[in-house]
Amino acid sequence: MTAIVKREIASYFTSPLGYVFLAVFYGFSGLFLWLGCLRAGQSDMGVVFSMMFFIMMIMIPILTMRTMADDKRQKTDQLTLTSPVSLFGIVAGKFLAAFAVFFCAMLVMIVYALFLAAAVKNSDGTFGWAVFWGNFVGMTLMGGVFISLGIFISNLTENQMIAAVGSIGANIALCMFDVISGYVTNDTVRDLLNNLSVYYKYSEFTIGIFSLKNIVFFLSLIVIFNFLTMRFIERRRWS
Amino acid sequence: MIEVKNLSKSYGSKLAVDKISFTANDGEILGFLGPNGAGKSTTMNMLTGYLSCSGGNALINGIDVLEDPVGAKKNIGYLPEQPPLYLDMTVNEYLNFVYGLKRCKMPKKSHLNEIKELSKIEDVQNRVIRNLSKGYRQRVGLAQALVGNPNTLILDEPTVGLDPKQIIEIRSLIKKLGKNHTVILSSHILPEIQAVCDRIVVIDKGKLVANDTAQNLSKKLSADHKLTVHIEGSEKDVKPLLEQIPDMVEVHVCREVEKRVFEYELNAKEGADIRREVFKRMSARNMPILLMRSSELTLEEIFLKLTTGDFYGNLEDGEEEE
Repeated sequence: MTAIVKREIASYFTSPLGYVFLAVFYGFSGLFLWLGCLRAGQSDMGVVFSMMFFIMMIMIPILTMRTMADDKRQKTDQLTLTSPVSLFGIVAGKFLAAFAVFFCAMLVMIVYALFLAAAVKNSDGTFGWAVFWGNFVGMTLMGGVFISLGIFISNLTENQMIAAVGSIGANIALCMFDVISGYVTNDTVRDLLNNLSVYYKYSEFTIGIFSLKNIVFFLSLIVIFNFLTMRFIERRRWS
Repeated sequence: MIEVKNLSKSYGSKLAVDKISFTANDGEILGFLGPNGAGKSTTMNMLTGYLSCSGGNALINGIDVLEDPVGAKKNIGYLPEQPPLYLDMTVNEYLNFVYGLKRCKMPKKSHLNEIKELSKIEDVQNRVIRNLSKGYRQRVGLAQALVGNPNTLILDEPTVGLDPKQIIEIRSLIKKLGKNHTVILSSHILPEIQAVCDRIVVIDKGKLVANDTAQNLSKKLSADHKLTVHIEGSEKDVKPLLEQIPDMVEVHVCREVEKRVFEYELNAKEGADIRREVFKRMSARNMPILLMRSSELTLEEIFLKLTTGDFYGNLEDGEEEE
């Protein structure tokens, strides 16, 4: 697994992909920081996070589009799948590599927060660390879900573009549950949709609520999508 | 050691490999021969655990590929039809990655250097694989299979895309490796199989049609009652003489090889040995026999015979039909 993680991370940075991802993330987050916090003169980074949420929905599929699709197209999966590595090792390796790159991008948020906290201390003395960490953890978990979903969709096709577009669509659909539930009249179905709503659970984080229930929900989504990826690879072998 | 027992694979209702069984012993180079689409690659993919099998089992050194895939795969070096190369890596990076992937315990630097030397890729080791020619890519693919020094090598058409000099080099490398590895080599290039392999397995339409040494195959399938002779003398005189020989079924005049020397193909009854009789009769008439050989089959002819299902028929006819 370590070999796969290392290779995947290296491949993000031998191609422009990793740089583009980081540049877009840093660029937009900096822009929103300036617009939402610096120019408005407020220290609440909620605006930055909520804007970055949408950027992430589009950018993470770019990060994950080639994980599996390219392996299939170039037949390098014949190397990984015939090596003494478990299927779990392969999928987990790809996930961790993409997650590491994403987390590198996320770290910039901590830099912004430290900067804001230092600047704010001079005026009224408090910085909303709880809200910041809520947003940070929520977004990190959400990113994990998007990555595992992106890898799953990348595994369904040999074409990177289809993988990217498919993943963006899937990400949007995943966040639409509570929008749809507003139109549902049947109580049971609406409750079900609300309980499955990723965005609703994410928004709880953004107001600084760390509930174990929500963390487990996000972690299980990550596990489920990665598990499905493994099952689908296995299914291809048996077809 | 590779043992394959009743291995089958079906894609939906199509049976790609149908109950194949064979064994490759330690230190043996087994040639895997078959026309395109015969199921060679599918079988190899099953042996290496890339595809699952629908029936039967494959044992690598006694370990079932399905039951303990990781354990079995540790013993296999696999070069698929298309070498599985990451085009964005340099050769060194790639081999280092494979080294880590296979969790090797050997001293890394010397082991990889040895492999690079064996497969003759030292001069491209710092180049990005994307920029390498097909021949070099093939050799990097072979180098990848050798990482970790697995005792079983499965090579799917290893010489495709190489120039003649490289082909000879790779063949001699495989021969060298065959001394202390079990090698399965697939090819549809017949002389290659003949040059390299100890034993040949021929498959056609997913079925095993032969499993023997090249010599034995040739002997088995050659009709020893068939002779090719060159005799000096007018064709009109010689042919009736030959036809008078008891047990003779058919005399076929092929062509004039030299001036007044004709080539004949003699087809006697099965099991009959007419060589002495031919000699006696010709020498009595003072018609020198310049050449006499039993029409033993070349590998090409064996291959055609086996895969066209015409085991004992006349090869000339078979060729004419095509």
